[in-house]
Amino acid sequence: MSGTEGPGGSLSAIDKASFKRELTEVVPHLRAFARGLCGRPDLADDLVQETLLKAWAAQDRFEPGTSMRAWTFVILRNAYLTDMRRNRFRGEYDEGVAERILTAPAGQEEPIHLSDLHRALLTLPAERREALLLVGAGGFSYEEAAQICGCAVGTIKSRVGRARAALTEMLANGSIPRRSTDDAIAHRAILEELDTVAAGNGVSSRG
Amino acid sequence: MASNHRQGGSNGGGDDGAQRRPPEWADGLKQLYDSVVEEALPDSFKDLLDQLDGLDSGGPSPGSNDNGKPAPDSRA
Repeated sequence: MSGTEGPGGSLSAIDKASFKRELTEVVPHLRAFARGLCGRPDLADDLVQETLLKAWAAQDRFEPGTSMRAWTFVILRNAYLTDMRRNRFRGEYDEGVAERILTAPAGQEEPIHLSDLHRALLTLPAERREALLLVGAGGFSYEEAAQICGCAVGTIKSRVGRARAALTEMLANGSIPRRSTDDAIAHRAILEELDTVAAGNGVSSRG
Repeated sequence: MASNHRQGGSNGGGDDGAQRRPPEWADGLKQLYDSVVEEALPDSFKDLLDQLDGLDSGGPSPGSNDNGKPAPDSRA
């Protein structure tokens, strides 16, 4: 990296002020991205705080005129992935969205519950989830998302495609786990099986 | 239980994973995102940034960055 800094060794006061302003402006977006990634609002906000600290420490590396949102999203996702490897996040689900209902499209009887969508989202593998969040929710182009994730555009496209297919399937089948782990479905199936057996119906012939 | 029905309704040319017509829940994804963006921001974030700003421009920094030379104070 270029360790050489300007004559002053740090940003000018004006640059600094605008950096702070821009950073402040993206905080709501960082929160939204973090919430989508890790589900629980409190953990998401912790992640945002961590991101702000790192962004501040690295502000000399921010190029004025470029997208602050994209720049900070990179920091946030890296912090998230690091934390995930430490197993900090379990994709807990935000109960707060449980009551919200997505407005039903015309001609459709059953509205999709945002809570279902959110839980379904949290079951996706992290890299597909973030790809879908960036493109589908954050409004980034495939190219921008690829830069944020440090991968090829084709990779992002394929991740988004897979994520969409998985969500569509889950929402269509109603096979959304209660918890984010894939085990949850299997676990519930086993429990239901046990219930059936316990109820005296040896054969599970539900339906 | 492999019920892999091929995407019904797609009229040929399924070139890549990115469909041209977003699925019906696509709007929900934006709603989830926007609902957080529009939430009232807790003070903690602004406080943190103000604090960081104060460390930089105000008194001596805790030695983590630079060479500890006092930056000219921008605001009185």
